[in-house]
Amino acid sequence: MNTMEQQLRTLLDIGRGFEALITWLTANFDGFFDTTRELISAVLQAFQATLLLPGPYLMIALFAGIAFWRSGIGTGIFTLLGMYLIHIMGFWDVTMDTLALVITSVVIALIIGVPLGILAAKNDIVERIVRPVLDVMQTLPAFVYLIPAVLFFQLGAVPGVIATLIFSLPPAVRLTSLGIRQVPGEIREAATAFGSTPMQMLFKAELPVALPTIMAGVNQTIMLALSMVVIAGMIGAGGLGNEVLKGITQLKIGLGFESGISIVILAIFLDRVTQSLGKRN
Amino acid sequence: MSIIEVKNLYKVFGPSPSRAFALIDEGKSKEEILRKTGNTLGINNASFTVEKQETFVIMGLSGSGKSTVIRCLNRLIEPSRGEVLIDGQDIMKMNKRELLQTRRNKLSMVFQQFALLPHRTVLSNVEYGLELSGMEKGEREQRAMKALEQVGLKGYEQQYPSELSGGMQQRVGLARALANDPEVLLMDEAFSALDPLIRTQMQDELIELQASMQKTIIFITHDLDEALKLGDRIAIMKDGEVIQIGTPEQILTNPANDYVRAFVQNVDQTKIITVSSIMLKAPTVGLHKEGPKAAIRKMEQARIPAIMAVDAARKLKGIVTIDDAVRLVREKKDDLTPVVSDQVFTTTPDTPIANLLTTALETSLPVAVLDEEGRLMGVVDRASILAELSKSMEDEETPVPLSEQLDEEATTPGKEA
Repeated sequence: MNTMEQQLRTLLDIGRGFEALITWLTANFDGFFDTTRELISAVLQAFQATLLLPGPYLMIALFAGIAFWRSGIGTGIFTLLGMYLIHIMGFWDVTMDTLALVITSVVIALIIGVPLGILAAKNDIVERIVRPVLDVMQTLPAFVYLIPAVLFFQLGAVPGVIATLIFSLPPAVRLTSLGIRQVPGEIREAATAFGSTPMQMLFKAELPVALPTIMAGVNQTIMLALSMVVIAGMIGAGGLGNEVLKGITQLKIGLGFESGISIVILAIFLDRVTQSLGKRN
Repeated sequence: MSIIEVKNLYKVFGPSPSRAFALIDEGKSKEEILRKTGNTLGINNASFTVEKQETFVIMGLSGSGKSTVIRCLNRLIEPSRGEVLIDGQDIMKMNKRELLQTRRNKLSMVFQQFALLPHRTVLSNVEYGLELSGMEKGEREQRAMKALEQVGLKGYEQQYPSELSGGMQQRVGLARALANDPEVLLMDEAFSALDPLIRTQMQDELIELQASMQKTIIFITHDLDEALKLGDRIAIMKDGEVIQIGTPEQILTNPANDYVRAFVQNVDQTKIITVSSIMLKAPTVGLHKEGPKAAIRKMEQARIPAIMAVDAARKLKGIVTIDDAVRLVREKKDDLTPVVSDQVFTTTPDTPIANLLTTALETSLPVAVLDEEGRLMGVVDRASILAELSKSMEDEETPVPLSEQLDEEATTPGKEA
């Protein structure tokens, strides 16, 4: 590097800028982060409590029932046996912790993602701004925002939810936008010609027609959320991710494998059930 | 009394309509405007009126601006300049609420690709317009059922659009438009996506329906035959301009310019009317599953002396006469194959009717219409060929006496058999 480039580098110190931003945010938005943390934490605990309350047998029956109803006999039997295996291996509680974390992240992702997707579909400027942001969210290595998340929200499940949210939000936005943009022009014309207000257009024509695509987005969001579980475990999010980490760090290969299997069983169950939601009867 | 009046309507597509209008006011041509400003003149000074209860057809080839015109009537496309009066009210000056009311109560549209909502049942699709204006469920269901009955779809209420054929989907589209009980039906190439047989059938049904319901219909088409068949009056468009308005007769006998003349000439000559427009559905006997008895029964039902024989893929194998079938039954044989005769004329749906004249004179058997794969689509019988030809012959300057022709025919039968 010559001197000019060194000067340029001093000017363009992105790393230091990011550090400064994080410090500034922690210093000035303390209240905001605290409130958010408490809110997310409350939601998470509510889900955890609800999932653990009926006990494993009732829940296994319920999950198997849902799988059978939405996706057929094969998935039903798989869920029954798979969930029972999780229970036998002694991972029931941590699996429910993980499920609660996934549900919380996905619910927040959809609350933010679907409206944002609608906005992006309706407005090209929004789409043009949102798209690169989503690209960054999906490609930036998770560890890069994991540490700031801990700085903002302390260790525990909440930064886990936030990290999961960042990683799993993009498909919800993208596929909602795509689904609405793909609504055939003639259907939109028909809705207008019969006297739809903009709201009627959205809720009676566009969203229902786009629903299969949006549900594909929901499915992707759930799958991505599950894939963040192990990484979230590193900052103390608990659940199955924690077990996998224990397996890695303490070289307990068996423990790592069993908890990994549990994640897969949960993933297959969630995937089959949410996939079926996108199909029209 | 006129229900729709369109006065000096313009639609400019492009970056700077105001610059285009400056040139329009100078009287510059469409090409010049495109070259100088990059704006396309979609509609160029169109004016017409539509009377109550008439079927007004706007005909033009693609790019003529006909679809843009119909979309200006309910402001699916905003006109750039001019007036569109619906019942004397300028749609351009309406506020959002008035526009919504007009769309809900006065104008209903039928679309080329049907534009049904895939997630709703047939009934719920037909209720759609009524639902938008907040009608309560019982009443709108009742009105939707009535509309479905009108288009002959009773019993299909709970089906989904994807379960229906194209023709039936468009009936749903029509029922949806009728359920609102609008004053004006806007039909944008409503039958263009349907195959020829269904299309003719839908045209006939629309004429029948119109006879009883007496709506005002504005029908867009690129098909002159359709325009002549449906229209009380026809407006012909080219390059965004209306070049002639008149009754079918006026347009045929007194074309406004060479463009219209070229069109109309083609109609008179049977070289343009193709087999598909006079093709009839034909009863067939399937060689893979049916024997002589079934063939005889079908011929008796249809009152025909011979029946087309096809295989499992509907490929034409030949023709079976009633005499041969009866002989087989007498001989107690079950297989039709030995008596299937290949002595049958075939043609394609795109063949001009004029080309069939000689064939029609040579054979009393119907001519089979085959698609590219050799599958039987239908038949044309001699009567329809001759009727179609004689119709156009009446328009010729020197008519051929029909009696002579019929005499000639009367002396030829028995040649085949």
